[in-house]
Amino acid sequence: MRFPYSFLPSGDQTLTVEFGTAIDPQINDRVIALAADLADYPIAGVTEITPTYRSLLLRYDPHNIRGAALERALATRIAGLGDVAAAGREWRVPICYGGAVGQDLQDLADMKGMPVQQVIDLHLSAQYRVYMIGFAPGFAYLGGLPQPLHTPRLAKPRQLIPEGAVGIGGQQANINSVAGPSGWRFIGWTPVKLFDPKRAQPFLLAAGDRLRFAQITADEGAQLAARAANGDPLIAPTVMS
Amino acid sequence: MTGLRIVSPGLMVTVQDGGRTGLRGYGVSAAGPMDAGAHALANVLVGNDADAAALEFAGHGGQMEMLQDARIAVTGGTCDVTVNGQPVQPGQGYHLAAGSVLCIGQLRDATWGYIAVAGAITTPPVLGARATHLRSGLGGYFGRSLQAGDILPIGPAPDARCRRIIYPLRAATPMARGPIRVVLGPQDDRFSPDVLDQLTAQPFTVTAQRDRMAMVLGGVQLPASGGHDIVSDGSVPGSVQVPGSGNPLILMAESQTTGGYPKIATVIGADLGRLAQLPSGAQFHFATVSRDMAEDLWLAHCRHLRSVLNNLENASDTVIGGSGGRV
Repeated sequence: MRFPYSFLPSGDQTLTVEFGTAIDPQINDRVIALAADLADYPIAGVTEITPTYRSLLLRYDPHNIRGAALERALATRIAGLGDVAAAGREWRVPICYGGAVGQDLQDLADMKGMPVQQVIDLHLSAQYRVYMIGFAPGFAYLGGLPQPLHTPRLAKPRQLIPEGAVGIGGQQANINSVAGPSGWRFIGWTPVKLFDPKRAQPFLLAAGDRLRFAQITADEGAQLAARAANGDPLIAPTVMS
Repeated sequence: MTGLRIVSPGLMVTVQDGGRTGLRGYGVSAAGPMDAGAHALANVLVGNDADAAALEFAGHGGQMEMLQDARIAVTGGTCDVTVNGQPVQPGQGYHLAAGSVLCIGQLRDATWGYIAVAGAITTPPVLGARATHLRSGLGGYFGRSLQAGDILPIGPAPDARCRRIIYPLRAATPMARGPIRVVLGPQDDRFSPDVLDQLTAQPFTVTAQRDRMAMVLGGVQLPASGGHDIVSDGSVPGSVQVPGSGNPLILMAESQTTGGYPKIATVIGADLGRLAQLPSGAQFHFATVSRDMAEDLWLAHCRHLRSVLNNLENASDTVIGGSGGRV
């Protein structure tokens, strides 16, 4: 299968492989496929891979491989990529809607002229794609938000949004992996810690994963949060066929 | 008690080892030293591995008390260093007796300095490294800059002598070494030929808006005719990002892993430490080189660093300082 792509020079130890310039599931599929191929069959001298929406950033050590040789090796790999996306992983992430963390739920429903329950049902109805991890440790950019929930970000970001907050920014959804400032609108929270440096498995999500939300009550959330604080990841992925 | 106690902290003093690799795909950049050469040198002067955990400071290093006997070395640039008030030299290892107070003044020709202690700083590794990532609050000493009263653990000192530098890391001060070299791309096609000319024709200024994550440049605006928003892709230390203001900023050791601004060019690895060391207010030019040449320059840079680190001479092992030190 032939895919359009280009190599973008990015210094003397970095190469960008670009499959497109847009947010597009097919483009992202190719990114994920190449990332998986390179993880399974590493190219000697490549030290790090960052898959993004539409490109891969490869760090390499010119002591072991030069950029020109890396381009040749990658061209062969890309030519051999299948046209069917590999089976991925799916997560079910418990979510507690509203409350102090989901502070924008009512406003969002009012803006959309729909009952709160409809916002919740729409949010629960979708399967989300992890397009990439970036910005902060374990921060997942999620595509697949139902169109009626697309909402611009706040004009003025808030200073501190807690870890676990589930938000909407434009046409994307997210789960805050670390506390910090954010201009997204938040409609709920999850007790799952997507990033915990003390845990054996510090990061849960990876680019290419899918996820669905499953509603829980505030009480259930509190119980799960206590377990998560002790290092329990709470969730495990299933492999999609 | 053992270790090293911060009496009065310098600016942005952090624990830094060689940094984390392999986690950019999970949103965690390497961190590690702003000037890897100076960091490695400090370590080797006291007998540590080049990428061992040492302290990094910005501008001035402050005062610290050795709670145990320890070999130490300071590198980065020219500055006044004293042990119990007696002057000592940067670029040389010293054996300090327990109770000594080490005082490190302002760097005069550089921005980032390093203090290595034989045996290295042994704060717990986080995600495989001791490097402090300030923005994410990861690693080092509780993920933050050091404060007065902090006590840092020190590992068992390797059996080695104090060493002294013979050949300098760089031929001259960071400013006297010509332009900062870049490879164009990955998004240079977003900029018109006129603007690409400006990149190398006009001098840029290092502004005071700088930290371990990025350096904001002044002096020249680089408007992107293709627009200043891209769908996020990857970024690395050295990426020259151009946000809507037109003022470029260069990502450094704590660079974010992905970003939505076009990157007109990437500073070459061989010049990244020198760039980091430019004092605020300094002016410099960019020059473009091919990727192939940039790789050659990187290999040459690594050879030169190895030769500096392999050609140190023995320094005095006389124990200096001791308790009752006054500053």
